[in-house]
Amino acid sequence: MRKLQRRFASVNEKARTVTATSAAALNPRSGRSLARAAAAIVILVSFWEIGSRFNELAGVPLPMIGQIPAPSRVIVAWYNLLDDPGYWRSWYLSFLRVAAGFSAAMIVGIPFGLVLALSRTFYLTAFPTFEVLRPIPPLAWVPAAILFWPTQELSIAFITFLGAFYTIVINVVGGARGIDARYVQSAYSMGATSWNIFRRIVLPATLPSIMVGAAVGMGITWEVVVAAEMISGGGSTLGRGGSGSGGGLGFFIWNSYTGGSYEQIIVGMISIGIAGFVSSSIIRYVGKVATPWMNVR
Amino acid sequence: MTESRGGEIDVRDVSKVFGMARFAKPVVQDCSFRIKRNKLTVMIGPSGSGKSTMVQLLAGFETPTSGTILLDGQPVTRPNKDRLVVFQETALYPWMTTFDNILYGPKAQKRSDGSVVQAAEALLDRVGLKQFRNSYPSQLSGGMQRRAELARALINKPAVMILDEPFRGLDAMTKALMLEYYAQLFENSNSTHFFITTDIDEAIFLADELLIMSNRPLQVRRTLEVNLQRPRKLTEIIENDRANQLKMTSLAILHEEAMKSFVSGHRAAADIVQAYARRYGQPQ
Repeated sequence: MRKLQRRFASVNEKARTVTATSAAALNPRSGRSLARAAAAIVILVSFWEIGSRFNELAGVPLPMIGQIPAPSRVIVAWYNLLDDPGYWRSWYLSFLRVAAGFSAAMIVGIPFGLVLALSRTFYLTAFPTFEVLRPIPPLAWVPAAILFWPTQELSIAFITFLGAFYTIVINVVGGARGIDARYVQSAYSMGATSWNIFRRIVLPATLPSIMVGAAVGMGITWEVVVAAEMISGGGSTLGRGGSGSGGGLGFFIWNSYTGGSYEQIIVGMISIGIAGFVSSSIIRYVGKVATPWMNVR
Repeated sequence: MTESRGGEIDVRDVSKVFGMARFAKPVVQDCSFRIKRNKLTVMIGPSGSGKSTMVQLLAGFETPTSGTILLDGQPVTRPNKDRLVVFQETALYPWMTTFDNILYGPKAQKRSDGSVVQAAEALLDRVGLKQFRNSYPSQLSGGMQRRAELARALINKPAVMILDEPFRGLDAMTKALMLEYYAQLFENSNSTHFFITTDIDEAIFLADELLIMSNRPLQVRRTLEVNLQRPRKLTEIIENDRANQLKMTSLAILHEEAMKSFVSGHRAAADIVQAYARRYGQPQ
């Protein structure tokens, strides 16, 4: 529990820096941190540029980084992709899968976690099974998922769902079990019904943990969806004319690799980074709005 | 608050044992006392003596292993709004504003009409938190939190209000202020209060009747009438001979209790034994 709290504290910390960036224009201190963040990116890109062009500049190829296309070439490739509908379709497909898997995980995970936390009988019945299934990595489910889900789309969404589900459940259980007993007792002594206590005490008390689960789960969802797209592919069996299922940013990277377009691999990778950052920011923002008491001093 | 009527609680031979058979741990044993109508009864006893367990029993969160607790002749079986508990430190809901915290009880009981909102506003004013109406508990100071909590309890007009060391953890200045403040609230209300503490000065300042408890398992050692005039002022009580006499008597009993448990190997008792010896020069 303490570990979760610590993790939560760091999530909160991150949430604060995110808002700091948006409020940068108003606050000179966050303006400086924004400049620092930009400087870090510039320095990284410069090293990368010099590193990959070292052969042209000094005649000596550097190991590893010498194999990676330079950022200037990546940007050109990216620019050429901007009016390519296939590239944007990859974004769209991955986002759709993440949204589907993540929403399903929230819709199933939150009630499941709450019941686990509140009913001792259900906990003793279901938790052992849950704990045996939990260590199985979502990607280990890929072959089985392809076998028992009728469409490829559903199997990818299912694997994505699994990625977020366990984290959300564990956080909900931890949060709901950690509620101060005095909150519930004092509510009873003020004449509240069990339903009222659930709605106005248990739910809001668990909400911060739910948001932590969601933030962590969202991160895992992106990791999983990309890997699932790479494995289950798209073009080879089901991509027929690019209009069917498959595709996505994971498949975009894999396709670029098999097609020998190394710049596009990097474009795909950075795209996933941006997509993950945007999704996590949305979650953090929702969390901030949903738990206004957590951010006051 | 004037229309509320205080209740009277009768605790009869109550015992509470935690654990089973060989591991049974009696926390309360054959405890009998009475919380008189419209009086402030203070229970004082060493920490870890089972006072908080008594609160759980009175509130109905736990049921006694044997014996009965009667509220106005009716046995207490489960929590109810006629017995309201104010807990150690704060139990305000962090996700509700001060105002919503105060209104929680009436709303939960489905009576949130205009008069209740008005009563809440009046209480907010009375506890001096009008400006903090829309603040969250984490934005309030320790003293403000306790006042908000008192307001949250008072709006429900309980027949008996049970306060379990509500001012623990406050600094001395704030605590003194809160005590006078609380005494005033009690004097203006027409209800029965049961107040638990480990602090003898606090106990004598507040009490109409003082229950001095034994160490675990909890039993009443002595009941003292504290017939000091109300309204009381802390500065007056400090100089009051009768109050000081009561304090000496109570301390002697508490010391005797501590000695007993010290001999039987109770570690926490050592502190009070030592402190007493240093202050009053008792042998041993």
